[in-house]
Amino acid sequence: MIALLLRDVRLAIRAGGGFGLSLMFFLILVNLVPFGVGPNNELLSRIAPGILWLGALLACLLSLDRILALDYEDGSLDLLATAPIPLEGVVTMKALAHWITTGLPLTLAAPTLGVLLNLPGSAYGWLAISLLIGTPALSIIGTFGASLTVGLKRGGLLLSLLVLPLYVPTLIYGGEVVRRGAEGASTQTALMMLGGITAGCMALIPFAAAAAIRVGLR
Amino acid sequence: MSTSQVILPWLICITAACLVVGLVWGFFFTQDDFRQGSTVKIIYLHVPSALMAINAWLMMLVASLIWLIRRHHVSALAAKAAAPIGLVMTLIALFTGAIWGKPIWNTYWAPDPRLMSFMFLLFCYVGYIALWEAVDDVDAAADMTSILCLVGSVFALLSRYAFIFWDRGLHQEASLSLDKETNIANEFYYPLLICMAGFVLLFITLVLVRTRTEIRSRRIRALMARERMA
Repeated sequence: MIALLLRDVRLAIRAGGGFGLSLMFFLILVNLVPFGVGPNNELLSRIAPGILWLGALLACLLSLDRILALDYEDGSLDLLATAPIPLEGVVTMKALAHWITTGLPLTLAAPTLGVLLNLPGSAYGWLAISLLIGTPALSIIGTFGASLTVGLKRGGLLLSLLVLPLYVPTLIYGGEVVRRGAEGASTQTALMMLGGITAGCMALIPFAAAAAIRVGLR
Repeated sequence: MSTSQVILPWLICITAACLVVGLVWGFFFTQDDFRQGSTVKIIYLHVPSALMAINAWLMMLVASLIWLIRRHHVSALAAKAAAPIGLVMTLIALFTGAIWGKPIWNTYWAPDPRLMSFMFLLFCYVGYIALWEAVDDVDAAADMTSILCLVGSVFALLSRYAFIFWDRGLHQEASLSLDKETNIANEFYYPLLICMAGFVLLFITLVLVRTRTEIRSRRIRALMARERMA
């Protein structure tokens, strides 16, 4: 499983994958927001938590169809499905690899981008923490969406249609943590709910995703 | 097929009777509300359609479970048949709600937990139907959509409570939803009950008709496949 994880991470970084792309997308999206809402620092700092979370979510979405599509095309997914390790473990490792190459860089980059949106000073820590806790859920839910659409011809668009509604709870609690952090309120409840969603997704979604992959490969 | 063929005409008659009686009674033979005026009559479409929008998903969930556990083909087809009906019910609930909201709340749309939950339900239906359309193999499509239905149900519940949390966290005064059931007078209540029964029956009738269509189309496909083999 470790070997699989390393292979996926290496492939994502080397083979011109979504590694740098989703990060650049995040950067550009955040930079475009002031053009859209106008040069108003006060307004920007108020909507910054939501924009940053939304940007991270969309950047995450961009690279989802690469989680399984490439392996499906060259047949290695069939090999993995018949390998001695359980398919649930494969799914978990794929999600983890996606998180390392997408969620983690986004988490590290987000506080820097917060400066561009005039994020209030008290919110930086909460932004990093909430993204660190929340982005694994995004990756694993996205892997579920990718496994539903594996082998479909126009899977990419359908994937975003299926996955975006499932991102809603994570987005709500993640945005709430940063917003409350920015206002100096207590973030404990939202943070605990966010962690709960991530933990629940990590525990249960791999089974659903593996079941979907088995159907897709049938 | 034979059972549904026998009960379907009766069901259609009872559904029509319930809907006509309930809607006519509600629209023409009840007083206007003293605060809301005649806009209160939207309730006879809004509440039953909202009820069925949620229960259609529940029925799809049960049908999906039956398909996953017992591999009963009609069950998968019934879930497929129910989805567009649920989608339309959700749309009716959203639109009548918006029309009702304009005179009463002075806005068509507000970021209120209930409203957002219904929007979420709409997305769930759209995704579910899109997945049915996208997968070519019928059994694989049934499997995929069943899994999506199960996961979607969990996330629908999660989102419902997330919405409540989010709204209370943001602005206190936004509990715009009137609690209709508790302060409704008997005069509005009885026609509303009949309308709700009518919508339930309407849903059952439509699901039966659509499932029969699905079964027939699958039979036709099987026959054509056999022709080609021969």
